[in-house]
Amino acid sequence: MKATDPVCGMEIDEETAVATRSRDAGDLYFCSSSCASRFDEKGAGCPADEAPDREEEAGRGEYRALMRKFRFSAGISVPVVLLSYPWLFPGLRDVPWLARGSDGLLWTWRGFGVLTLPVLIWGGSQFYRGLWAAAKSRSANMHTLIGVGIAAAWAYSTVAVMWPGIFPEADLAEVYYDVTAVVTALVVLGLALEVKAKGRTSEALRKLIGLQAKTARVVRDGVELDVPMEEVAVGDLVLVRPGEKIPVDGTVIVGASAVDESMITGESIPAEKVAGDEVIGATINKTGSFRFRATKVGKDTALANIIRMVQDAQGSKAPIQRTVDRVSGYFVPGVMILGILAFMVWYNFGPAPVAAYAVIAFVTVLIIACPCALGLATPTSLTVGIGKGAQNGILIRSGDALQTAERLDAIVLDKTGTITVGKPSLTDVVARELGNEEVLRLAAAVERASEHPLAEAIVQGARDRGIALTEPEDFQAIPGRGVEATVEGRQVVLGNLKLMRERGVHADGLEADAEALAAAGKTPMYVAVDGRAAGIVACADTVKEDSRSAIARLKEHGLEVAMITGDNRRTAEAIAREVGVDRILAEVLPQDKAHEVRKLQLEGKTVAMVGDGINDAPALAQADMGIAIGTGTDVAMEASDVTLISGSLRGVVTAIDVSRATMRNVHQNLFGAFVYNTAGLPIAAGLLYPVFGILLSPLLAAAAMAFSSLTVVSNANRLRRFRAVEV
Amino acid sequence: MLDNVIVTLVGLALLGGIAWFFWGPRRGGFRAAVASSGYQEAMVLVKGGYAPDTIIVRAGKPVRLSFRREESSACSEMVVFGDFGKSAKLPEGELVPVELPPAKPGTYEFTCQMGMLRGRLVVEV
Repeated sequence: MKATDPVCGMEIDEETAVATRSRDAGDLYFCSSSCASRFDEKGAGCPADEAPDREEEAGRGEYRALMRKFRFSAGISVPVVLLSYPWLFPGLRDVPWLARGSDGLLWTWRGFGVLTLPVLIWGGSQFYRGLWAAAKSRSANMHTLIGVGIAAAWAYSTVAVMWPGIFPEADLAEVYYDVTAVVTALVVLGLALEVKAKGRTSEALRKLIGLQAKTARVVRDGVELDVPMEEVAVGDLVLVRPGEKIPVDGTVIVGASAVDESMITGESIPAEKVAGDEVIGATINKTGSFRFRATKVGKDTALANIIRMVQDAQGSKAPIQRTVDRVSGYFVPGVMILGILAFMVWYNFGPAPVAAYAVIAFVTVLIIACPCALGLATPTSLTVGIGKGAQNGILIRSGDALQTAERLDAIVLDKTGTITVGKPSLTDVVARELGNEEVLRLAAAVERASEHPLAEAIVQGARDRGIALTEPEDFQAIPGRGVEATVEGRQVVLGNLKLMRERGVHADGLEADAEALAAAGKTPMYVAVDGRAAGIVACADTVKEDSRSAIARLKEHGLEVAMITGDNRRTAEAIAREVGVDRILAEVLPQDKAHEVRKLQLEGKTVAMVGDGINDAPALAQADMGIAIGTGTDVAMEASDVTLISGSLRGVVTAIDVSRATMRNVHQNLFGAFVYNTAGLPIAAGLLYPVFGILLSPLLAAAAMAFSSLTVVSNANRLRRFRAVEV
Repeated sequence: MLDNVIVTLVGLALLGGIAWFFWGPRRGGFRAAVASSGYQEAMVLVKGGYAPDTIIVRAGKPVRLSFRREESSACSEMVVFGDFGKSAKLPEGELVPVELPPAKPGTYEFTCQMGMLRGRLVVEV
């Protein structure tokens, strides 16, 4: 039997497990004794539960370590910079023992050789560890460039102060210990700030994980017990009081309440819950108390699924980054080659002192190159953007979906359940002499005995109007026609024209009304009382309240909006008129929905499909971007590129907004990183020198390098300010 | 004049050396063993790079690579298998298994999120 280690998540054989623990919910198996002892210390549950805390702590530790190195390197940098060029600073330039070429200055510089050695070895230790590890696998990275750069500056300076006689000219024997100290300090500071900024990019995920309740009040053997989350089992009866967090997913058994589900669905209005309704773990109970039966616990809850999906998506790559990856494989060796070429050109063709210029150009090229900015550009924006989506109830499965959203031309909306509520409700009552209320009262009384969806709509419609209903007698359903029963001694028949004719009822005068209602996409039913036509009640699947405004927003985005439905064209046109859809794909069988999407694609369009159910899965898969709406279920999540937990079309607008904002951010980052590197490298190599006489200082290069990657991360963090637009 | 010749020759030698070191032919790699579970398994240490950085597996059998990150540098906190659409967070000091479906023969790269650390999964016939 297979089991999953609850600490590290590894799949193991129960027989070969190193350790086991017994719990009420069953036995647990561990891959190693260390996992078992961690479980004993902290308990377990979903490994994701504590991962962000550990990551946050690791991030803080890394930041503190880097800041210690920065303070040390910066402290050494101050005297080193001042006394490397004493002739530049008033007050120092007149000190006799610091005069150029004096023994005093030579010995001061020798002292710097010793002073900057710990900066090189300790302050820059991460560069050498990274350099060595990369070299072992015949690759190179940012650490290689900085490590070689600061070591080259230190080695050249040490040769200059120890054996100044080997240089043909005295000018050549200058020192660059300031480069070693300042570059280390600046790059380490850049890394520290980057660690801090990167920590903020995962904030949305941390907030999601923080939603998880810690305990649950469970009723066992009639006794209420507060138990830790991991001890709640499927089938447990859970009690929730006003203001409390719902601990796991389940179905309400007794009681009613309004539940704030905004943290999961993005819907700001609390959802009413009564017996039979599903509740989602981590949402907050507002007004009433209720008991529910736990149906999903631990890693199976909707929240755990959402967290897992967001984590996976944040680690995914947008297609645009695959190009960057190909470039970055050549980038670092390319920079090293450019550095050596710059050295050779300066040495052979440059002005005197050639060796000094050649070293500066070599070191500056290595230091200014920032592969990190290129590498960070896409993933940081994706992490923030996808997290922001999740906070608004939008689960984006991958970077591909984000990139597709950017170039959408058309969006196909499934009618039933997406544009409309998905179940009929009473819309019209037409009456003759009996009056509207009486016709509805009699019709609803008959329908009380029926289980047809239209019957439910009529009964609910009557209740909503405050009409008291009596019990029908001798109820009879006539398939394909309607129903009849006796209400308070009166014979009431409710159904289509065919039934009226069969019962000898003359519906003259009502037929025109029925026709008009049908033309508006409604289902009219004649009501006859004691053999005489009394009126019509009509039902229709009503449009969700924000569908019209959401569709208007989609059109503002430049999208062609199409509606797909199995309904007849007349009904479809009525709905389309109401919500303002451009194109109607009516009378489409469920199995042909994917074909219709394909036809749009053949017109050269990039198409998104929005659907609410498993029957839409082929069309969701066919579309360039499949958006499942109103679901937190596994199947729908699997079939789609984007899942909207709330049932509102507003979510589609927000999904497209957040995707486009994220991709805009990615483009800004990539553009910045590309421009920085392509402009910075030639300038560092000395391209401006022949015309303008400018050769970049390695100190400036270090500052530019340190802050370029920080700029990328900070720009990505701007996405955290994204707000869903009200439609 | 002699120094110019020496600098040029050493420079050219370094250029050639860099090109060979990074882009020259590579041999070897770690051959994953087939475990009783049916997976071809290998452990990968993450410390400034991936060790081993080349893992050789047979086509048609699922692969499980267990990553263990032994450093706090943020660079390596995630491993991404772009060709398989898979990624995993690598908390420091923990064994994180990444399971991959059977693949066709070829070379598949895995990298850190920024593409700085690189490894290869070589699928042989």
